[in-house]
Parts: sequence; structure tokens; C-alpha cells
Amino acid sequence: MYTQGLDLVPKGAEAQRPKDAEEVRLEEEFQKKIDAEIRIEPDDWMPEGYRRTLIRQISQHAHSEIVGMLPEGNWVTRAPTLRRKAILLAKIQDEAGHGLYLYSACETLGVSREELIEQLLSGKAKYSSIFNYPTLTWADVGIIGWLVDGAAIMNQVPLQRCSYGPYARAMIRICREESFHQRQGYEIVMAMAQGTPEQRRMVQDALNRWWWPVLMMFGPPDKDSWHTAQSMKWKIKRFTNDELRQRFVDAVVPQAERLGLKIPDPHLKWNPERGHYDFGEVPWDEFWRVVRGDGPCNRQRLEQRRRAWEEGRWVREAALTYAEKRRRRREAARAA
Amino acid sequence: MDRQEVLFEYLLRLGDNALILGQRLCELVGWAPELEEEMALANIALDCIGQARLFLSYAGEVEGRGRDEDALAFRRDVLDLRNALLVEQPNGDFAHTIGRLFLISAFNEQLYAALTGSADRRLADIAQKALVETRYHVRHSGEWVIRLGDGTEESHRRMQKAIDDLWMYTGELFTTDEIDRKIAEAGIGPDPATLKPAWDRRVEAVLREATLERPQDGWMPTGGKDGRMHSEHLGHLLAEMQFLQRAYPDARW
Repeated sequence: MYTQGLDLVPKGAEAQRPKDAEEVRLEEEFQKKIDAEIRIEPDDWMPEGYRRTLIRQISQHAHSEIVGMLPEGNWVTRAPTLRRKAILLAKIQDEAGHGLYLYSACETLGVSREELIEQLLSGKAKYSSIFNYPTLTWADVGIIGWLVDGAAIMNQVPLQRCSYGPYARAMIRICREESFHQRQGYEIVMAMAQGTPEQRRMVQDALNRWWWPVLMMFGPPDKDSWHTAQSMKWKIKRFTNDELRQRFVDAVVPQAERLGLKIPDPHLKWNPERGHYDFGEVPWDEFWRVVRGDGPCNRQRLEQRRRAWEEGRWVREAALTYAEKRRRRREAARAA
Repeated sequence: MDRQEVLFEYLLRLGDNALILGQRLCELVGWAPELEEEMALANIALDCIGQARLFLSYAGEVEGRGRDEDALAFRRDVLDLRNALLVEQPNGDFAHTIGRLFLISAFNEQLYAALTGSADRRLADIAQKALVETRYHVRHSGEWVIRLGDGTEESHRRMQKAIDDLWMYTGELFTTDEIDRKIAEAGIGPDPATLKPAWDRRVEAVLREATLERPQDGWMPTGGKDGRMHSEHLGHLLAEMQFLQRAYPDARW
């Protein structure tokens, strides 16, 4: 998941220049491999657009894991029981790990982690807009697990078959952990939905606030999604935004009903002819606004990332200096 | 104080040290200097919370008044907390975070190693698990002390300051009071004073490699582990940690 911004880069950014015959041949071969479901590996030839698309998508995913730790970090000090605290810590630790192997997968495409982090901190790179919403009560932690991670899984399961090997393999591991995250979220929500009136109020309120932003996680509607066709041809993407969004709604609505929670959409209704739920129009104006930087927490999240990075600078410099000193000492010892 | 009461107090000391250190590390989520360290700190926090759960659950059973790990973690106020002053100190900069982690972990390593031979089987089992984790905490934080001490001028200065600032809180770890004496007599745990030489060796070796100076021993405040006088910091930590349990006492989570 976490790749909704993928669709936001205007076409002009990848202006076409004339291709020579060799390039045309290589591209045809490349597409044949893709069509035959042969994985592309780092040393294989690949079109520049494929490489750039993957760097953008994988780094957005990595950034989202890192920024996504912040709304949860907001509650880990206030988790209501030691068991919940431990589970949330484990989840946050997983997310840092996901960030690490996604940055590594990106590095196989010829871009360094430092460059990627620089892009995040400068505001040039996007991360999932969902993390620009606040966690106000403990119920939000449950809803993030249940719905945000649930939407992530919906997006990521097909990515396990992504044509780019390192990304696909990273995704297999990530998906396993995400399903544990979703379960813990659902468990929190369930406990609160069956709890006191105050707890039920918190959990319904959290659902009301998160519902539409979660549906936005799948990216803009297919009709406005510029990159979908090319990404599907390259088998980076296997399903369209709208297909995945529909699947998600179909999966989640019965769960909400079992919990006695009300989805905040008056148009939500089972459509027996389609065999799917119909649902209302996602407030896309809000989506674009938040993606462009005006969400409740955009500034706050980036500011924290920047501050942490700045405050850690002397530590990273010390580590590098020490490593260099050690190397020189070892060399001197060898020479002696 | 009868035997059960002594054991209860002792288990609170063990559990609260792990709990409060773990809580301090929780505060750092999202603030680590690099991603690898983000993972490491969360991992160590998780170990600490896990240890706290084992010690406090056992404490609750020994007490026999129906208090579980959460009742003990979330429903006791400053006067009833039994952690050492060292672990409640604020995170400060990364050098302070690492310095505190190193000094307490080097102590816990000796303590847990001794507790693996405890006459109390349950405690010995918990210590066995905690020891494995703590050895990693000592290694990890010790490596950072060395890197920062022997890194740049700035990191050296910060690391030395952190050790200097925290040093006064290490004295309490090795004091022996009535509880400690009874625990030692019953073969349940070591007399803390006996752990000092091994701790000294460990800490001195790391400080030497880090090109840092061992501070002079001066006045060493006490009052954490016996609950006589915690620092002002603890109340704020508890206010945050205990908020939900206090605000919604009837709720189950």
C-alpha cells in the first residue's frame, strides 16, 4: 500500500525522447519477460520509466512506514495495558523494519537511502496521506490496525507478485507481519466496541474520522489515475485503485456490522446485482488538499521527522568518524 | 515484614526498574538518530516491558490481593513505585539515553546472572530469560558509548557529560537495605553490594575503550528502590503512562 501518490506525477515528467533500434529491441524483450511472469532482478536491463516508477513507489512505501510510526508513537506511552503496549511496540518495530528493507529494495535500483530521506524531509517525496490524520484516542490505534493496515494488506498482497524481484520478496515478508497488525487492531476495536459507553463512543468516533481517509488510501479513482495502465502493463500493479477499494469495502462492512459499528456513509448498501456494496462518493477534494500538504498533521509529521534527523546528525557523524578511525587503526596494525 | 511481603517488595523493585526504563524508551519512538536505532530501541523497550510483565505478575500473585500486572503498573502512584532513581531520569540527548541504558543494563546483567541461581525457581526462570535479553542491551549500549566517546569532539563531550550526569544515580543500585539482606539470607537474590566489582570492571572497560573518564564517586542519592524519595520526573512519567486506566477505571481494554 501506501503508494497512492504514485498516481500524482504528471505525464510531462517522463517526456518521451526518440528511441533507437537497440532500445526498442530491449524494451520488447523486457516486456516479453514481464508477460511470461519472469521476475526482473537488479542487474537486468529495464526501461528508465520502469526504474523511476519503482523507485517512486517503493520509496513512498518506505516513507509511509516511517511516518506511520508517528501516530502510533503518540499512543505507545499511553497504551492502556502492558500487553497492549508490548504489542504496539512490536508493531512499531516491524514498521521500522519494513522501512529498512524497502529502502534496501530501492537501493538495488541505484538510489541511496540518504537521497531518499533527503527527498522525504524536503517535502519532495510523498508518503501515504493517511498518516496526516491525528490519533486522538486509543480507539484510533485500533482503527489504524484494523482499517489502515487492512487497506495496506489489500494493496500489498498483489504486490507479492510484482514483476520486480526485490520488491516482491520484501512484500511477502511485510504482508505476513501486516496481517498480525490488522488482527491486533481488530482486537482493540472489538474490546472497545463491547466496552463501556465511553469506549463505544471513542471507537465510533474514530471510525467516523478514519473511514473516508482510509478509502482514499487506494489512490484516486481509475478515471483520474494516470499511471495505472502502464504500471499494470509492467505488472507492478495487478489491480486498479477502484477494484481494490471495492474489495476492501466488501470485506470490511460485515466486520463493522459484527462489531455493532456504523459506517459513516448514508449511501452504503449491498447491491445484489453487482454482488458488491455500493458506496458514496469519496471526498476527493479533501484527498487532493491533504496530498498537496494541507492536512491536519502534514506539517507536524514532517517537522518531527526533520527534527529527529537534525538532532541525530551528531550521532551519525560520530558513528562514521569512529568507523573510519577503527579502519585506519586496523590498517596501521596490519602494516606494523 | 514476613517472607511473602519481603518477596513482594523485591519483585516490585525488579518489575518497576524494567517498567520505568521500558516506558522511557517508549517515549523515543520516532526520535532515533537512524532507522536501525529506531528498531533497536523499540526492541529493547519491548524486552523491558516483557520483563516488567513477568516480574509484576509474579509480584501480584505473591501479594495475593488480586492485583495483576496492570493493576500494579497503572494503579500505583509515586509513593509506591520501587524503581531505582537511575531509570526514571529523562531521556535527554542520545548520549544520556545510551548512558542510562548502559549503566543500568550492566547492573541488570550481574543481577540477573545471580538470580538464575535463586532458591525461588520462578524467579530463576524469569531471570534466565531476562539475562539473555540484557546481555544484548549491554552490548548494544556499550558499543554506542564507545562509538560516541571515541567519535567526534562533540560526541565525546556529550557522552562524557551524560556519564558525569548519571553517575550519581549508580550508587543506589549497590546499596543494601533490610529487604536486600532478607532476600540474600533466603538465597533468593544476591546482596547488591556483591555485584559492584563485576559492574566496575565492565563499566571501566567500556569507558576506557571509549576514551572517557570514570567520574569521581561523590554524593549518591537514594530513595528510589525503597520509595522514600523519587525524583520529580517520575510523577510526570506516571501521569502519562497511567492516563487511560485512571480516567476510565471501569473500562477493560
